[in-house]
Amino acid sequence: MSKAAEIDIASVSKIYGTTTAVHAISLKIPAGTYCCLLGPSGCGKTSTLRMIAGHETISSGDIRLGNTVVTDLPPARRGTAMMFQSYALFPHLDLIDNVAFSLKMKGVEKDERRAKALDMLKLMQLEGYATRRPAQLSGGQQQRVALARALITDPEALLLDEPLSALDPFLKIRMRAELKKLQTSLGISFVHVTHSQEEAMALADLIVVMNDGRIEQAAPPRAVFERPATAFVARFMGDHNVISGRIASQTNETVMISVPAGADFLAMSDGQIGLSDTGDIAIRTDHVRVGTPSAPGLGFTGSVSNVEYRGSSVKLTVNGAGIEDFTAILTDKSFFANPVKVGEAIPLCWDREDAIVLGRLKH
Amino acid sequence: MVTITGSDTEKTEDVRQKSFRLSPSAISYLQSTPLTVILGAFLLIPILMIAVVSFWDYDFAQMYPDFLTMNYTETLGSWVTWKTYLNTLKYAALVWVITLFIGFWVAYFLAFHIRTTAMQMVLFLVCTVPFLTSNIIRMISWIPVLGRNGIINSALVSSGIVSEPVEWLLYSDFAVVLAMVHLYTLFMVTPIFNTLMRIDKSLVEAARDAGASSWQILLNVIIPLAKPGMAIGTIFVVTLVMADFSTVQVMSGGQSASVALMMKNQMSLLQYPAAAANAVILLILVLMMVAGILRIVDIRKEL
Repeated sequence: MSKAAEIDIASVSKIYGTTTAVHAISLKIPAGTYCCLLGPSGCGKTSTLRMIAGHETISSGDIRLGNTVVTDLPPARRGTAMMFQSYALFPHLDLIDNVAFSLKMKGVEKDERRAKALDMLKLMQLEGYATRRPAQLSGGQQQRVALARALITDPEALLLDEPLSALDPFLKIRMRAELKKLQTSLGISFVHVTHSQEEAMALADLIVVMNDGRIEQAAPPRAVFERPATAFVARFMGDHNVISGRIASQTNETVMISVPAGADFLAMSDGQIGLSDTGDIAIRTDHVRVGTPSAPGLGFTGSVSNVEYRGSSVKLTVNGAGIEDFTAILTDKSFFANPVKVGEAIPLCWDREDAIVLGRLKH
Repeated sequence: MVTITGSDTEKTEDVRQKSFRLSPSAISYLQSTPLTVILGAFLLIPILMIAVVSFWDYDFAQMYPDFLTMNYTETLGSWVTWKTYLNTLKYAALVWVITLFIGFWVAYFLAFHIRTTAMQMVLFLVCTVPFLTSNIIRMISWIPVLGRNGIINSALVSSGIVSEPVEWLLYSDFAVVLAMVHLYTLFMVTPIFNTLMRIDKSLVEAARDAGASSWQILLNVIIPLAKPGMAIGTIFVVTLVMADFSTVQVMSGGQSASVALMMKNQMSLLQYPAAAANAVILLILVLMMVAGILRIVDIRKEL
């Protein structure tokens, strides 16, 4: 599809009065990408999306869509379309008029715009509801109407502000699949704001993890999951134990972290830790095993403080060696081969490549 | 054993509750009694009395219980009545158009152009300040402004714009409508402000995202969504204007008449049955107007 366009965000900031919501972020979203802006509430992801959409002025920096700088263009002339969190369907209009709204604003003849809107509703399998009002629809149907209304403008990029947050869990998963399918078939970029890691992992080609107005990591889901760039990403994605401490020694390939009043831990490094004397390392929770370490710094002994059964896996929480709430996720098979109880002391270990050194953002 | 003790206590509770429990329908009737009594005593019975009296006979001193349609035939058969009704409807229409225009823009400004809720409330309260004085005083205070030697006329004459004082400023239809607009605009502002405040701001953004200009947003989104508030304001203003007699009397200097003023005059001549017939006709007319408004605009979601 030639319609898709690259989105280029160049050191864009958003300042509200004295608070800075977005700190000079730069990001390139290639054409036809499903991009998820992920982060906790208040991290600036919605402000970023609204700046791309044009509903928020850009305090400094520029946004380019394809070959046009859209920084000062009104929303409708940017080639983007936005889907709002609560869908923002017009309650006084039926579905056809809702979908045809932007065509009406452009002055398209009534019959023509209604025919186009009906085609769009057919695409969303809503033609049977064409004369209903939004209030008479379910959440999933309303979402499809909002999608139809956004897509009728034939945008180069669709911007979605927490599109699934109003749906119940079952519907969420179904609509998630529909969104992905739609993006693939349209071939345009989707920029999707969410605070759910699961949603981002399932949908995105590119995950942008944001915190406190800054981008912590922008990478494909697998990279974000396996090699989180910072301690925040590792903690937020939730599948790593993060251990912080003083750097005891470092070589080109490894770093030894010394936890206050505790043990030393070894981690693989790509030699970028720099001159700082403290550091963070991350250890995959599902790669931790019960057993004695193969080398010093690749395990510790601690007491079990909680055991949580999750069906196919069992989550152990272990305290010891100066670390609080270390999580180990064992397969049910390996756990029940050698079950442990709360209060028991067990040795934990992991492989050398499962511990990685985390970077820190230069603020 | 636990289950047995559990059911035991449930049973005793059941018995205890049953001893002073009324049937659900009796409770419902009991709950609706106070409102029924109030509405009956202060609304239904007075209206019924007016309706009954409107069929009575009367002379200069006394009323005689009877069943005559004379009061109605006399009222409806007189061209004075028709002229008065037309005049009242003219006031209602003029005041409605002007208060709707002013009311909508004031409410729109408050709801969409004042950013903080605190400031919105402060400005809204400023709108209500004139209501701290009585209607009559606010009305009378126009007289020194509009009068022959009033502020406006003396300013116009002394600045040489006119040589003679402008006569139609006071004791005219203009003065009546001006005073009514002054008195009743807030009744239009309040319900419209209320509906505008409930409009989800993301609807405005969605419209802008779809390429709508400010005027298109106003015409296609805000005004349609403000209709219930406009309807409620319209009901307030129209009923108030239709029932007004003091403003018409004071501001027209007795030169114009309204239906309510006609009734007041009939009552001061002790023609109660004639006034009652007039009241019944006015009531039916106003109810029909309200029904018409409710047919056009669905205000249920406002209530």
